[in-house]
Amino acid sequence: MIDLLNYDFFQNALISTILISICCGLLGTYIVARRMVFISGGITHSSFGGLGIAYYLGFNPLIGATVFALLSSYSIVLLGNKKIKEDSLIGILWSVGMAIGVFFIYITPGFTPNLMSYLFGDILTVSNNQIILLGILCLAIILFFKQMYRPIFYIAFDKDYSKTHSSKTYFIEYIMMTLITLCIVLSIKLAGIILIISYLTLPQSIAGLFVKNFSKQFVISTIISCIGSVVGLLISALTNIPSGATIVLTFLAIFIVSYMVSIIINKNPISKKLSSK
Amino acid sequence: MNLIKLENINAGYEGKIILNNISIDINEGDFIGVIGPNGGGKTTLLKIILGLIVPFSGNIIYNTSSSNLFGYLPQSQNIDKHFPISVKEVVLSGLMSKKKLWQKYNNKDKEKVLDLLMEYNMYDYRNTLIGDISGGQAQRVFLCRAIISSPKILILDEPTTYVDSNFEKELYEALNKLNQNMSIIMVSHDLGTICSHVKTIACINGKLNYHNSNLITPEELKSYDCPIELLTHGVIPHRVLANHDLMNKK
Repeated sequence: MIDLLNYDFFQNALISTILISICCGLLGTYIVARRMVFISGGITHSSFGGLGIAYYLGFNPLIGATVFALLSSYSIVLLGNKKIKEDSLIGILWSVGMAIGVFFIYITPGFTPNLMSYLFGDILTVSNNQIILLGILCLAIILFFKQMYRPIFYIAFDKDYSKTHSSKTYFIEYIMMTLITLCIVLSIKLAGIILIISYLTLPQSIAGLFVKNFSKQFVISTIISCIGSVVGLLISALTNIPSGATIVLTFLAIFIVSYMVSIIINKNPISKKLSSK
Repeated sequence: MNLIKLENINAGYEGKIILNNISIDINEGDFIGVIGPNGGGKTTLLKIILGLIVPFSGNIIYNTSSSNLFGYLPQSQNIDKHFPISVKEVVLSGLMSKKKLWQKYNNKDKEKVLDLLMEYNMYDYRNTLIGDISGGQAQRVFLCRAIISSPKILILDEPTTYVDSNFEKELYEALNKLNQNMSIIMVSHDLGTICSHVKTIACINGKLNYHNSNLITPEELKSYDCPIELLTHGVIPHRVLANHDLMNKK
């Protein structure tokens, strides 16, 4: 295992795993609290359409995915529950994005990219540039959450009430959607389109079992996310199993153990009282 | 002084019209009770006033630029009871309109929250999660959140749902007191009680009949013919009837 740490590709994988864990730990807490998991799924899968078109036209797939994902997330905020029901709109973006992606990759002449690496992730191929982008995004998310914690907290709790009190609620909402979208797009190489949802939900669900305090949930989710993904990555490297799937299964194992522990703790009234503080 | 004027509003959801050509004025000192059957458009009207729904057509004129124009107590079932937020944080969120987005909440704000919780007998629950208190207690907390910024207009959507008769009495007493400093618009199904407290009634079932509240006599009840169909009409005294007739003749 020590040998592995000497390889550049594995160091890159470790750094990017931790950066993604911090981004997803923070954003995922907001997503789970706002019950936006389905929205995140829609954005993630729609980005595949951008990937496909980018391959066909011969430009950077990351740009194509970002444009598609941003358009999808803004259209959900703008049109959802107005002209069309939000869940229907998400379903459309989800399936149409995937269909466009598959269609354009299929008709692209010559070399066909490995679809599986986008669907399930391939962290060992993460480049230095992607790590720099992830680092910038991670810093932006931390600063934004530090500065805007209370508005984010209150909007997550009761969006309509916040809108009646501050016209800037829309500003926060769009920034959050942009950060979520960028996080998803930059994480595609790491966890894959299908598995990224688990980064945004499982650590938060684990934290929610023990902590009933929003600000602490941010911290605990991020720590669990870091631990789970690093352990998953190491197991993946040692067993030669795809990293995305291994990390998700590690999260699942932590969740199952945590769930059983939480049942024991919740039977103890003193522990229950402490967890709400 | 007029605070908000709604003119010829048509509104609804996904192309379906729920409010049909409605006009209403909200003035300083008003205490308006909004009544009507389920699906008649009561909550839609409140959301239009609050700016949460954009009408298909019509004008909304805000004659005040106050940043803390509204205090809002939503229907209790719209609140996520599983959200990890304490009672005092819920009330503190009512000060959002008085703060810049990045501005921190100071000790004075927090003291104001605790004072209000004390006044509404919720001080002992200040650190309790919102999901761990009863429906009636939650309504007290949301009332505190709605009034902490001393808004010009207090909007309440079914505030007496899930509350016991003691709190209902306390609530109306509190509202009468608050009405000295702010206008109030309140949706309620409880016609029997609402008409005893409000000054005017907005009776909504797609269309709007808007008139003064006053007591009905048995004679008036016999000849009463309200154009708005309410399930409770003719059963529970609807104490606005005299002016309904006057409006129809106009």
